Amino acid sequence: MKTIKQLLCLCFLTIFVPAHAVASSSLVVDLSSNQIEITTDFTGTNLLLFGAIDRKGDVVVVVRGPLRQEVVRRKERVAGIWINRAAVTFADVPGYNFVASSRPLDQIASEETLRRLQIGSERLRLQPVDLSNKDLASSFRNGLIDLKKRKALYSDLPGIVSIRSEKLFRADLKFPSNVPTGSYTAEIYHFNAGKAVSVSRTNLSVQKAGVEAAIYNYAHDHSALYGIVAILIALFAGWLGGVVFRKA
Amino acid sequence: MDLYFPIAEMSINVLLLLALGGGVGMLSGMFGVGGGFLMTPLLIFIGVPPAVAVGTEANQVVAASVSGALAHWRRGNVDFKMGFILLIGGFFGSSFGVWIFTKLRALGYIDIVISLCFVTFLGIVGGLMVAEGARSWLRSRSSKPTPKKKLHQHTWMHGLPFKMRFRRSKLYISALLPLSIGIFVGILSAIMGVGGGFIMVPAMIYLLGMPTSVVVGTSLFQIIFVTANVTFLQSVNNQTVDVLLALVLVISSVIGAQFGTAFGSKLKSEQLRALLGILVLAVGCKVGFDLIVTPAHLFSFAVSGGH
Repeated sequence: MKTIKQLLCLCFLTIFVPAHAVASSSLVVDLSSNQIEITTDFTGTNLLLFGAIDRKGDVVVVVRGPLRQEVVRRKERVAGIWINRAAVTFADVPGYNFVASSRPLDQIASEETLRRLQIGSERLRLQPVDLSNKDLASSFRNGLIDLKKRKALYSDLPGIVSIRSEKLFRADLKFPSNVPTGSYTAEIYHFNAGKAVSVSRTNLSVQKAGVEAAIYNYAHDHSALYGIVAILIALFAGWLGGVVFRKA
Repeated sequence: MDLYFPIAEMSINVLLLLALGGGVGMLSGMFGVGGGFLMTPLLIFIGVPPAVAVGTEANQVVAASVSGALAHWRRGNVDFKMGFILLIGGFFGSSFGVWIFTKLRALGYIDIVISLCFVTFLGIVGGLMVAEGARSWLRSRSSKPTPKKKLHQHTWMHGLPFKMRFRRSKLYISALLPLSIGIFVGILSAIMGVGGGFIMVPAMIYLLGMPTSVVVGTSLFQIIFVTANVTFLQSVNNQTVDVLLALVLVISSVIGAQFGTAFGSKLKSEQLRALLGILVLAVGCKVGFDLIVTPAHLFSFAVSGGH
């Protein structure tokens, strides 16, 4: 497992980081847990990310959730009432995008670098399925990011990563209660003088567990039986209520 | 105290849900409405995805109606024969309604159709009931002798074939009338995610001429089966029924309905009608207002199945 992670890191480094920087930096990272289980009392959770850098610099953490297609609609006024009219479909939209950094991003690296690494909600490469209408797509893209931010699914939090004695760093990664299930990646960047000198990548997963998982899976795998059981529960509860409250 | 709901995929404060369920359950017992026309918008308002709100609400209305119907049945307020005819229509109507729902959602027009249905029917029904209530209130104030009502007002409706005798309702009318009311309300029930009692009750009073005493129990009786049908079809087609969420709402609404039934039988039927009318009108105005006022956010995600 460790070797696979290192291999992944290596791949990443070769893709994104200038070759001369790779050899001269090391970054060690770990997460308090690689799995988030959604149970009945789940109200969101925090994971502790911690690690060490071997020299001065900034640390940026990007946690990205499962990709899926999203259809964004825009309301327009028609005959006095607001109706959903135009719609744009975006492919591969991260369900969750959390960016934590030791300082505001614009002080850490150039806009060009951040954009290339897709660090920050506004810099995500969100592509509409239909590429013909550029103007429409750009305004819908902003609408999509704004929607995700309001649902607390996209957030950019400068100052959340704290670095001690220019060596040890830690950050609390927040996951809201509406966090989508699926596989996530956490990318940890070490920036020095505006360059990503090192990057580490780790996977985590968000899954329903216990009763939650049982109900969800039953609803999807045996939907007809699920419907019948739902009706029977309701009939029984209604009957029971009637009996309990019957006046003598 | 928060609970995470597996199909809604979010955590909601249980006390808030209990309060909502209890309050709506009480109205349901009082007026013989399933309460869906209030609960569905309320669920959406607290952030439950609309598709899940509609599916789950159907399930909750089943329980609320059973408990309400049983209470009315014990008082002898259910016309089973009438209920059965309404039910046949309701079954076909709601199945057709779920089909329309699926088509409209694919086209992206389901939200607006739901809202327009709410405004139209809540407005008409609420307005009629308030007007009727106000008229009878004025009559009783001016203490004029009430004009003698004819026992049978013969209209074209009485010329329809398949006449049946409904002893409990003291009616001899064509079975086609309750059948078509059942179909119509069934369609709306599926599209709007409601039991349809708020349309059914006035239709039974004004169109069929049923005595108010049996209207509520009979309406609840047939709502049980229509919403059970919607629950099943939504589970199969969209997987949008959250049993855990429904259960919390059911427990609170069943308790609320008991108090509502007891309280409702103490009120005069004119008062009952006027109160329900005001309530229906208020919800209709709110939905209508939301359609006209410029929304704070123009963008939204399309409702995606249950996936």
